[in-house]
Parts: sequence; structure tokens; C-alpha cells
Amino acid sequence: MPQIWIDAAYLLAAVCFILGLRFLSHPRTARRGNLVAAAGMGVALIATLLDAHITNYTWIVVGVVIGTAVGVAGARMVKMTAMPQMVALFNGVGGGAAALVASSDYLRGGATGPGDLVPVIFSAAVGSISFAGSMIAFLKLQEWMTGRPLTYPGQQVVNALVALGILAISGYLLVTASAPLYVTLVVLALLLGVAFVLPIGGADMPVVISLLNAFTGLSAAATGFVLSNTVLIVGGTLVGASGTLLTLMMSRAMGRSIANVLFSAFGSAVLVPAARGGPSQDGRTVRSGSADDVAVLLAYANSVVIVPGYGLAVAQAQHAVHELAELLEKRGVDVKYAIHPVAGRMPGHMNVLLAEANVPYEQLVEMDEINPQMERTDVALVVGANDTTNPAAKNTPGSPIYGMPIIEVDEAHNVVVLKRSLGAGFAGIDNELYYNPKTTMLFGDAKKSLSELVSAVKNV
Amino acid sequence: MSAHLLAEITVLVLAAFVGFEVISKVPTTLHTPLMSGTNAIHGIVIVGGMLVAGSSHDWIGIVLGTIAVTFGTINVVGGFLVTDRMLEMFKGRRPAPSDEQKAA
Repeated sequence: MPQIWIDAAYLLAAVCFILGLRFLSHPRTARRGNLVAAAGMGVALIATLLDAHITNYTWIVVGVVIGTAVGVAGARMVKMTAMPQMVALFNGVGGGAAALVASSDYLRGGATGPGDLVPVIFSAAVGSISFAGSMIAFLKLQEWMTGRPLTYPGQQVVNALVALGILAISGYLLVTASAPLYVTLVVLALLLGVAFVLPIGGADMPVVISLLNAFTGLSAAATGFVLSNTVLIVGGTLVGASGTLLTLMMSRAMGRSIANVLFSAFGSAVLVPAARGGPSQDGRTVRSGSADDVAVLLAYANSVVIVPGYGLAVAQAQHAVHELAELLEKRGVDVKYAIHPVAGRMPGHMNVLLAEANVPYEQLVEMDEINPQMERTDVALVVGANDTTNPAAKNTPGSPIYGMPIIEVDEAHNVVVLKRSLGAGFAGIDNELYYNPKTTMLFGDAKKSLSELVSAVKNV
Repeated sequence: MSAHLLAEITVLVLAAFVGFEVISKVPTTLHTPLMSGTNAIHGIVIVGGMLVAGSSHDWIGIVLGTIAVTFGTINVVGGFLVTDRMLEMFKGRRPAPSDEQKAA
């Protein structure tokens, strides 16, 4: 096929990607958007296969068959709670692919002059960082290694030295060709990918995953420069923009700078041993209630706002919470879910988990929209959320989470907290909400407590 | 700087603006599908893998290209499928009392 037709097909693919992303702006059209983007991908791939440069299809078929088997199996089997690690894995292989394409170009002497070398080196380095970083993120999220930050003395100095090494070698390679040094560069980039994710804790993963997503996008765009291929540049840049935007939004939703999220090993503090009910060490009291007490409170309320956190997903209680919500709605209670932007392990994760439990998307309300309604809410029901409801973020300058936007449950007339114990959340700090006179604690496993609430509400 | 390179940089800059514009309209409810959908889109790098794997006669090109195609396919196929699976779950209220009905 003549090159001009192939380029036209690439243009069509780029248009499909942009339209697909546009359709993603509403739940009604989102599924169609994904299909449009996938169709664009199909067009680009068919056009590529008709490229006159391709003379041997054997290895392409081998790769596509293996890749399809792995991709389909992964996508079909993954549980919604495990979505973040799946996305990390897919993201990582994308970065790896970009680095491999750049490497084959360099190692076979295809790249000469800075116009080729800059994108080749960029794609190889950033793609490798993204590959290795995503794999560590995957291991952490899958809990095949600890989700807590891993730190050692001098860690930041070592990381900075590795980064400097990468920059130095990159500069040298622009002037002098050297395959061994190029390989060293890739190895250092892989090392840096591992090293920079190690000190980042589980609850900061939404930022890391977004950032790695941006990295892979940019390395794909750089590969587009290497191959003079516009669809790669457009596709990669769209993802780079999306990842960058999400990274900024997520760190804003944590009230911390990106540098703080990436470098401070937040959440490595030792947890305070948990007390259960009764007066705490400093004499503040906690009111603990029974399922029946809480059921009465909920059943006679006009409005209930449910505030789910990652603990809900850990307890697999999405379906139980939806059952309770439906029961309350049948009694005429207005029920909404307040979703904090960083609830879960990736941006928007909590919405997916609740959608899986058949919660209609109209009930999923964003933080900025629900907060002004909180003072008119009868009961705020907090399930497995901690730091994202801690009033210290508003009231206590000097608290590690001060400045973080929270769901203002303390504004509601009554607060009910479902929680295993008084243990601290990810930030390792006490939550003064639990000592608020408005608050009733219902201790126990979230799923079990919710089922008890369901039967208690039925008996009211 | 060649005209060709400048044209490519133009594409990059415009795509970045379009990207920011389009993506800032996606509600937080859909951020996870957005991320896995864009994830699938960067799998477009498979195009590079195919060109390398299909045009190489040396073992470095074949090995690196084939692995790149495999990785890219996992990225594309897995990414779009998993996004579709998620979006399928996003449903509105089932009995759906429409606004007109309420108003009537």
C-alpha cells in the first residue's frame, strides 16, 4: 500500500483516539468511546501490516498470538479490586515495548544525529523507568511485597546519583556512539524505576500509577519521533497529557505536592497500637454503639451519605453496602455516596467498585459537590475510610495531612463509623472524628457490620 | 532543525493541548476507565514493534521486535477489554423515572 494511504489511516486512528476520549466524559457514552478508540487502534494496526517495509509476518504473528492470550486472560480474570495492579501491569509492558523499539533502532545503528538520538534515548530511558516502576507498583498492589514504604539510609542520594548517571550517559551518547554504554543506560533506568517506587506507600499509589501512565505515554510519543510516525506521537501525547493531569489532580486531592508524594516516604510512621472503645490514653471518650442503635438512626433519617474508603474494598463489602442503601431507599431515605478522589488505589477506583455492586452512577457524588450538602445530612456513614474524613486536615495546622481536602462528615448531624478498631489510617495519625460527641463507632469487620445493619433495619 | 522535525513537534504540541482539553472534561467517576483506556491507547507503540519485527533480518531486531509486539499486544488487547468490562458496569438507575415523567 502506498505510504500516503497508510498515513491517512494513521490520521483516522488519531481522530478516533480523540473522539473516544471525548465520549469518555459521560457514563452514558463512555463505553462507545472505548469502542471508538479500539476501532482507531484496529485501523492503525491494519495499515501498519500493509506497510511495504514489512516483509516477514512470522514474528509479528508470534508476538500477537502470545500477547492476545495473555491480555485476554488478564482482562477477563482480574477482579475489580485488583484493577490498579492490572493497569500497572499493562502500563509497564507498554513502556517496555517503547524502550525495546528504541533500543532496536539504536543497537542496529539506525539513529544518527541529535534529531534521532534525543528521542531514542528519551524513549529508552523513560520507557525503562516506566516498565520497572510499574512492575514494582504491581508487586506492591498485589501484596506480593509490602505496601509500606521501603526506605534505607541515603536512599534519596543513591536515587539522585542514578538519575545523574542516566543524564551523564545520555549526554555522552549524543556525541559518541557506544552500545555498551547504551545498555548501561537502560540498566540504570530500570534500576531507577525500581528505586523510585520502593519508598512510596500503598495509599499514594493513585499518584504513582498516574505518573507512570504519563511516562509510558511520553515514551511512546518519543518512539513516534524515532519512526517519524504521527499516530504514535498523537497517541502517546494524549496519554502523556492525561497522565500528567491525573497526577496533578491526585496530589492536589491529597493536599500534598508531587515531590512530597514521591520523595517523603509518607506513611512509614509506626502505627499506634489500637484501643477498642472506652476512654483513650488522654481521657477522650469514644461512643460505641450496637447495630440496632445504628439501624434506628439510619431508618428514621431523611438523608444518609455513605462515605466509602479502601477498607470497604478490602472487606469486600461493596455488595453489602449497596443492599443496605437499597433497603434505606425503600423506606424513603435519600441515600448518596460521597467519593473522595483518592479513595482506593488508583484514580476513581471506588466508583468502579461501587458500579460493580450495581450502584447507579447518579448516586456517586464527588467530594466538592457533596461537602456543601453535608450540614443538611442526617447521618454520614463512614465505611472503611479514615484519613479522607479526618477533621485534622482542616483544623490542625502541623498535622501531616493538614490542607488535604476531606469529605466533611463532621458537618453532618450524626456520624457513624464502621471500623475494625481505633487504629490509625495510612498517614499514621489519630482521627479526632472518633472522639466527636456526634460520632457513633460500630466496631467490627465492615462486611459483617453491614449485614448486621441490613437485618437490623429490616426489623425496625 | 529540519522542516520535518518541526512539523512533528507541531503535532506533539497540538496533541498535548487537545489532550488536556478533552481529558479535563472527564468526571472523577470515570477516572479509572479513563486511565485504563488511555493505557490501551499508548499500546499504539505496537506499531513500532511490528515495523521492527517485520522488517529485520538480524537477530537483535527480531528478538527485540517480537518482544515489543508481544508487550504491545498485551497492552492494547488487555487495556481495551478491561476498560470495556468496567464501563459495562456503569449503569444509571434501572427503573429510570425520566425527567419528563416526573414533570408530568
